[in-house]
Amino acid sequence: MTGITALLSTNLLTVLIFFPLAGVLLLFLLPRNDPRLLRNVTLIVTLGEFLLSLPVALAFDGATAAMQFVSRAPWIPAYGIEYHVGVDGISLWLVMLTTFLMPIAILSTYAAVEKHVKEFMIFMLILEVGMVGVFLAVDLFLFYIFWELVLIPMYFLIGVWGSERRIYSAIKFFLFTFAGSVLMLVAIIALYFHHYEVTGVYSTDLLRMYAIDIPVKLQFWMFAAFALAFAFKVPMFPFHTWLPDAHVDAPTSGSVILAAILLKMGTYGFLRFAMPLFPVAAFDLMPVVSTLAVVGIIYGALVAMVQKDMKKLVAYSSVSHLGFVMLGLFAFNLQGIEGGILQMINHGVSTGALFLIVGILYERRHTRLISEFGGLSKVLPVYAAVFLIVTLSSIGLPGTNGFVGEFLIMLGAFKTTRLLTVFAATGVILAAVYMLWMFQRVMFGKVTNEKNLGLPDLNAREVAYLLPLLVMIFWIGVYPQTFLRKMDASVQATVVRIEAKRQAALSGRPAGETLFARYFNVGK
Amino acid sequence: MPPIALDAHALLQGLYSILPETLVVATAISILFIDMVLPEEKKRVLCGASLIGIALSLFAIYAMGPAKVSGFSGAVVHDGLGAFFEIVILTACALTLLMATGYSEWEGTHKGEFYSLLLLSTSGMMFMAKGTDLMTIFLGLETLSIPIYVLVGFHRGRMSSIEGALKYFLLGAFASGFLLYGIALMYAATGTTKLPALVSLLYDPRLAADPMFLAGVGLLLVGFAFKVSLVPFHMWTPDAYEGAPTVVTAFMSAAVKAAAFAALIRFLLPTLGGLQPVLWKVLWVLSVLTMTVGNLSALLQDNVKRMLAYSSIAHAGYILVGLVSGGVLGGQASLFYLLVYAFMNIGAFGVVMLIARKEDEGYDIKNLAGIGFQYPALAGLLTLFLVSLGGIPPTAGFVGKFYLFSAAVKNGYVGLAVIGVLNSAVSIYYYLRLVVYMYMIPAEGEVPVPRPPRFAFSLALCASAAAVMVLGIVPRSVLDFAERSVLSLLM
Repeated sequence: MTGITALLSTNLLTVLIFFPLAGVLLLFLLPRNDPRLLRNVTLIVTLGEFLLSLPVALAFDGATAAMQFVSRAPWIPAYGIEYHVGVDGISLWLVMLTTFLMPIAILSTYAAVEKHVKEFMIFMLILEVGMVGVFLAVDLFLFYIFWELVLIPMYFLIGVWGSERRIYSAIKFFLFTFAGSVLMLVAIIALYFHHYEVTGVYSTDLLRMYAIDIPVKLQFWMFAAFALAFAFKVPMFPFHTWLPDAHVDAPTSGSVILAAILLKMGTYGFLRFAMPLFPVAAFDLMPVVSTLAVVGIIYGALVAMVQKDMKKLVAYSSVSHLGFVMLGLFAFNLQGIEGGILQMINHGVSTGALFLIVGILYERRHTRLISEFGGLSKVLPVYAAVFLIVTLSSIGLPGTNGFVGEFLIMLGAFKTTRLLTVFAATGVILAAVYMLWMFQRVMFGKVTNEKNLGLPDLNAREVAYLLPLLVMIFWIGVYPQTFLRKMDASVQATVVRIEAKRQAALSGRPAGETLFARYFNVGK
Repeated sequence: MPPIALDAHALLQGLYSILPETLVVATAISILFIDMVLPEEKKRVLCGASLIGIALSLFAIYAMGPAKVSGFSGAVVHDGLGAFFEIVILTACALTLLMATGYSEWEGTHKGEFYSLLLLSTSGMMFMAKGTDLMTIFLGLETLSIPIYVLVGFHRGRMSSIEGALKYFLLGAFASGFLLYGIALMYAATGTTKLPALVSLLYDPRLAADPMFLAGVGLLLVGFAFKVSLVPFHMWTPDAYEGAPTVVTAFMSAAVKAAAFAALIRFLLPTLGGLQPVLWKVLWVLSVLTMTVGNLSALLQDNVKRMLAYSSIAHAGYILVGLVSGGVLGGQASLFYLLVYAFMNIGAFGVVMLIARKEDEGYDIKNLAGIGFQYPALAGLLTLFLVSLGGIPPTAGFVGKFYLFSAAVKNGYVGLAVIGVLNSAVSIYYYLRLVVYMYMIPAEGEVPVPRPPRFAFSLALCASAAAVMVLGIVPRSVLDFAERSVLSLLM
């Protein structure tokens, strides 16, 4: 019995990563002219994946910061490249978010995706392999492979199944994120050889990289390369211009996955790689990153306010929300980082739900312009209720998930950067303005456009995929401890490691050294 | 002067060392004879016969094993490096042959000469890869080039084919002249044309100031740069590639490049530790120029064949990165990449050949519109090859680039690695452009029906695709083989 449990726990994550691939193979065999079957099979595969991920969350031991369910095997042994996967408190909920949202996204495509259903589902499942892999990889080489693997399916989802300017948006999405990440590849290679110089061992293992000290000058360049890749993905202001295009033109389910999970790969990258590997550079550049985060918060909110297209509004609100996450992570303390992680989950749930809600309206009216609607609450009472809850959660009303995340972030950030936090707080107010104003224009008042009179309310399928999201909104809002408890140890360990490594790297340096001297002064 | 006594043992050893080449040449000659007696409708037998020759040659390489055999007073050597390149060249030749019958029948150019020219050219490449004397290398180069000039102009009814052949021939003749003149100057300065001797002389500080020697090395480099189409010696490439029958283009892009790089690696890799800094700087600049100009020009092409021609120039630049970086890792990365490149590029040309249906205007990018969902297998294969050419995981192209840029970073050329990765980001745009046409732009009117591939043709495509995936996911054994090959040169 113990043998079986051991076998399961060492291979569970591998199964979790590659299970959707089995679904891809199955889809290849199915006939393309039966979309119903294709959809149902994909739904069952993603539900199966979710069920497989549940034991990870349940059996996860929140008391330790170590990687759990570790599975490793040599891959290219002469170069120390390993297949090494594991989960800790930082990645746990992101993996769960992925497996949780996939069936929802699939369910939302039943009426929306009608052409080339087979290929669509195949790309969705490959996307899931990449996303789960990114969060579970503990080897830099493996991480990079999954990181890039995500691009191609998403590129197809936008380019083939998107709306008007889909080709432009798809290429822009691909090129921006790819250009950002190739420099990270060079930094990974440089780090790999640095590790060899220091230890005499070739390895791309992240845990080994954590153990070495990297000279500060090197840290600066490597942090810059990693941060650029992640900043494009998050996206941080001013690297965000691809996001609104990609969101507007992506199909609804693509937008959901893009906003809820792909963007989190950027913030997760900061927390998992850029900050702990290069703590001195990360800490020294904190003012820059935090300022950009706050600029993003306010800029995203202001631009969201003037949008005529509901989807574009939600897209810009993402820029603003992700600014909060970055502010929290770069507080370098327990509250800030936990708030940041929680807010990643919250944003996934709430913004995912918002995209679904906009998508439902789009399916009925084939427009997303706010001016086309008005007074919908009378026609669509159930829809209105759901929309209101999600809106309030996105604003961060106490009792919903958004409040807990943003509160923790502010708490953490206030300790480190007081002034910026004050500015960031205005973002919360602006969020209330743009969200409630949109809600008011779309839902309240008289029905101004008679095309809206006969719209059907939510059907059972739509309720089925929105309901789990509503449950999560209140669960995290009322009892966040379920989630925070499991991440405490890992986050605490990360905070301690960053600080200890920073002190170690800086010991022996002259007091009052300017940053310019630290990173650029080659003289003497 | 007494007559030189016949050393039977040395002669036998020499013949043994060139056994794989001999087999290919013998096949080529027998094909010429078989062709004379064969009736027109049975020409396909020739293709099978050529493949048997290739298989025998590959088996000979396998049977000879990793031991080093040098022959003809050190004019050729059979070693790990030679074996690796012969495998690359023979693989490229085999893939080309598998595609050739179908193609020649569509084009109405089904002739026995085609196969023997292809095999003769292959044997020249193999000699070039194994040559340890500049004269052997030169002879190999000529043996490879002259059949290729003919093959480029094989469609004698098409203006573009003749134009490409003539351009290639004229510029190629000049390049051969440069190469020969370079060899002469180096001989004048050092008194030898043997590579091992020259290689040790490259370290010699006295030669660093010898203008004759430096001019010789420079001219030699020009000759090779022409053959692998490094910028600014690439002018012939787009025209020759576009004009040539597409099977020949596919063959040239992979095999000629491999042969010329084999000679370059033999000449440069052992010396790079003590290489003259001037020479190193020249190679650095050539590599950067080749990558950048190749990729930027490819961005502007609407003809798929021409686009792939510029992409092939850019890839020569990437491979040069490995060589500039030097060391075992650099050499190994170049070797691995050349093998991967053969699979992905011939594969890409193969699919494009089927879709285009006829030469010249058939290769307009617009012809790809709507193919994606109509012909999922073809479009899927082409997408895989393009993704690999772009260097995106989990394909072999990614692993190849990873090792090339690793070599650069390891040896301190971070700048070169950064330029390289940015270039591959640029290249993504034009590779994806084909994907955009296939999947995202609807066809104007009916989607044209691609040619139905023969079994052999499908086999070549599937084998290439399998290689691209396998080398991308489990590259271990081939990487180790490449490492042993480079070590056999450096030891």
